[in-house]
Amino acid sequence: MEIVINGTAHLVADDVSLERAVSLISSAATGIAAAVNGEMVHRASWSSTRLAAGDEVDILTAVQGG
Amino acid sequence: MTDWLVDDPLVLGGQKFSSRLIMGTGGAPSLDVLGRALTASGTELTTVAMRRVDPASPGSVLDVLAERGIRVLPNTAGCFTAAEAVRTARLAAEALGTTWVKLEVIADEVTLLPDPVELLDAAEQLAADGFTVLPYTSDDPVLARRLEQAGCAAVMPLGAPIGSGLGIRNPHNIELMVQAASVPVILDAGIGTASDAALAMELGCSAVLLATAVTRARDPELMAAAMRSAVIAGRLAYRAGRIPQRRYAVASSPPVTG
Repeated sequence: MEIVINGTAHLVADDVSLERAVSLISSAATGIAAAVNGEMVHRASWSSTRLAAGDEVDILTAVQGG
Repeated sequence: MTDWLVDDPLVLGGQKFSSRLIMGTGGAPSLDVLGRALTASGTELTTVAMRRVDPASPGSVLDVLAERGIRVLPNTAGCFTAAEAVRTARLAAEALGTTWVKLEVIADEVTLLPDPVELLDAAEQLAADGFTVLPYTSDDPVLARRLEQAGCAAVMPLGAPIGSGLGIRNPHNIELMVQAASVPVILDAGIGTASDAALAMELGCSAVLLATAVTRARDPELMAAAMRSAVIAGRLAYRAGRIPQRRYAVASSPPVTG
């Protein structure tokens, strides 16, 4: 199925976990946060959160700013 | 000089800081230059923005801060609505393990001025949620009062638009805010050079937050050192109490006699 991670389409296995989707973008153990369709999901729930086709995943971190 | 500062910490959100200079990290040409400037500034609290992970990005601003023991202050830069800002603050809390947030809700890309209605809404939501909210606000004493009533831990008025380097355009409003506020007033945005930072402190601000004036200076490290000194000088002058301004001269030597 296709999901969107940080604005880019990715083909992933059906029923993929958020943890797996995040790992496609970042292996950071700290300093990142994830949202699915605009809703923040705590890291502790990433492995139990299953994604559906068309879901939009955002993975954020700190950058220079302000 | 250190002795005069030791019993005068900045108390913000229940935490004590010996430096009254809060730094931003935007605009630095490299992480190396940024790191040297932050060290020269003596800052203990520094802002970052939250953006999508870029796997190609070399190094992290978080490492630059961690190596120097500088506390990270996430901002909500780029948010135009209360909903966006609240969501960004929650993501930042999750990513960075802090419930402190520099709350920015801007009205448009041209002026980058705060949207007061959305700002107050976001501040109320986040303060009720337990965040330590440090709102970037216009230099409006009435809005500052409302933000304080909403539970903000400080109010952070602009001196002039972000990145403009125009200094403090309405020092009288900043003074009014300082007189009325029972939370720290932090001059945020508009600083162009060291004398602007000193003036902010002389007006009674508790701290200064700046980025562009340092990161886009010809020599960021040197300007950071200048800002550090300016904030200290301005604070000491505020505590010392300036003389009243007079229209005519007052002789400083005794009159000639005999």
